[in-house]
Amino acid sequence: MIQEADGKQTLKRTPLHALHSELGGKMVPFAGFEMPVQYPLGVLKEHLHTRAKAGLFDVSHMGQAFLTGPGHETVAAALETLVPGEIAKLGPGRLRYTMLLNEDGGILDDLMVTRSLSPGDDGRLMLVVNAACKTADYAHMRAKLPDNVKLEPVEDRALLAIQGPAAAAVMERWCPKASELAFMTASSAEFDGIGCHISRCGYTGEDGFEISVAAGEADQVARTLLSHDDVEAIGLGARDSLRLEAGLCLYGHDIDETTSPVEADLVWSISKRRRVEGGFPGAERIQRELRDGPSRLRVGIQPEGKAPAREGVEIADANGTPIGAITSGGFGPSAGGPVAMGYVQSAHAAPGTGVALIVRGSARPARVAEMPFVPHRYFRKKAV
Amino acid sequence: MTEMKYTEDHEYLRVDGDVATIGISNHAQEQLGDVVFVELPEVGKVCAKGEEAAVVESVKAAAEVNAPVSGEVVETNGELESNPGLVNEDPEGGAWFIKLKLSDKSELDGMMDADAYGKFVAEQG
Repeated sequence: MIQEADGKQTLKRTPLHALHSELGGKMVPFAGFEMPVQYPLGVLKEHLHTRAKAGLFDVSHMGQAFLTGPGHETVAAALETLVPGEIAKLGPGRLRYTMLLNEDGGILDDLMVTRSLSPGDDGRLMLVVNAACKTADYAHMRAKLPDNVKLEPVEDRALLAIQGPAAAAVMERWCPKASELAFMTASSAEFDGIGCHISRCGYTGEDGFEISVAAGEADQVARTLLSHDDVEAIGLGARDSLRLEAGLCLYGHDIDETTSPVEADLVWSISKRRRVEGGFPGAERIQRELRDGPSRLRVGIQPEGKAPAREGVEIADANGTPIGAITSGGFGPSAGGPVAMGYVQSAHAAPGTGVALIVRGSARPARVAEMPFVPHRYFRKKAV
Repeated sequence: MTEMKYTEDHEYLRVDGDVATIGISNHAQEQLGDVVFVELPEVGKVCAKGEEAAVVESVKAAAEVNAPVSGEVVETNGELESNPGLVNEDPEGGAWFIKLKLSDKSELDGMMDADAYGKFVAEQG
C-alpha cells in the first residue's frame, strides 16, 4: 500500500475495477485494494444466488506467485520446510490447501499450492496467498528459501472465481476442459479463446473454479461469464457469509500467528507422513498438540436465538466462566439464522455442548455445532 | 396532525400529540443493507434521551437505535422480530420500531424536518 504525505492510503485497483463500477458495486477498502463489498442485488440475495446458481467473484487482490527450482523434489522439499502440508507427493495438476507457519507453529497465512500439470513445468508451484499477507509472505519465503528455489510474484494476472451448482455448466459453454477437471485439480485451458489457468476449487463450499488470466483479458472473461443468465457478480459481503457457513477460516480472524493448525481444526491438511516426520516450523508444538490435544479448539457455534453473535463476542460456560471468543459470526442466509465460529477451551469443544454468548451484556444460549453449517457440495468425479 | 422529525443518527420520529413513533430512516436502511435481526425493548421501559432502545442488525453490522427523546415505551412493532426485512422494504412506514410517550416535548425542538434531513444526508455524501 502506498502512503501519501497526508496519511491517506492510495488504494490499488484490480483489472475489473471499471466493471465493478459499471455494475454498481459498492466499493470499500480491503487489504489495500478498492473492492466491491456488494452490488445492487445486496449481500443476502448475492449469497443465495451463489448457492442456487453461480456467482462471479473478483479475487484479483489475492497474491499469485510462482515458486521455481530445478525440479519438483527440490522445490517441494524447500516449501515443506515452511508449511506442514504434503507437497512432495502432490501430483501434477493437483492443488493443496496449507499454511505458512512461524517458529511457534502459529499461522502466518493460509494458501493454495498447485503443482503445474505440464511436464515441461517440472519444478514449478503456483501459490495463491491472502492479499493482506502477501508482502510479508513473500519476504518470509525469500528469507527462508534456498538459493536454487526462487519466488516470483505474479503481478500482471487477475484471479476470478465462479462458484455455485451451475458453475460447471456455465464454464462448459466457453471452456469445456474446465468441467472435466476433478475437485482440487488444475490445468491450463482456453476460455473462449483466451489462455487461462483454471483450478477446480473455491471458498464457498460449492463446486466452482478459479480462473487466473492475464490482467488485460480479465474484463473480457468476466463479462463473458456475466452474460450467462445463471451468473451474477458477487461482492465481499456474500463471500464472507458463504465461507462462514462452509466453516472455512478467514485469515486474521479465525486463524492468526497465535493459532496452530491443530487448534484451528485444520489437522486434515497435514498428511500422516508429515505429522510423524515433522520438519516444518513449530513441529514440536504441533506434534505435542496432536499427541496431548490442544488447549483450545476452533468450533462451530450455533446461537439458539435469532441474534447474530459477531467477532469478539465472549463465550462462557454454563456457570458464566469465560471459555473463549467468537472469531467470525453473523447471519447465515442459507442456514436461515445466525451462525458463528470461535475458539473454546478443549473441554467444552464437543458438539452439542451448551455455552453462553455474551451479546450486549446479556448471556444468550448457544451450542457448539458441527461444521459446515451448510453441507459442502464439492464436485466428486464418479468412478468409471 | 403528525409531523416527521429526523435526527443526525438517522432515526425518524412521527409525532402525534405526545406520542412519537420511532424508526430508522430510508437512508439508514440503505447504509445498513439487508436487515436480518431486530431486538425491541419491553413495553413500559422508560428511556432517557440517547439511551439504547432497540438493536438492528444487518448482514454487515449491528447498530443501536437510541431513544432520540426521553419517554416511556408504549408499544413495539413485534412484526419486525419475525420479519426484519420489512426495515428494508418500508422503513419510514410499516417498519417502525417503537412508540414513545414523550416526557419532554421540548426535546423535539431543533430536530430536522424532512427537507433539512435530506440536505444533511446529501452533505454527508
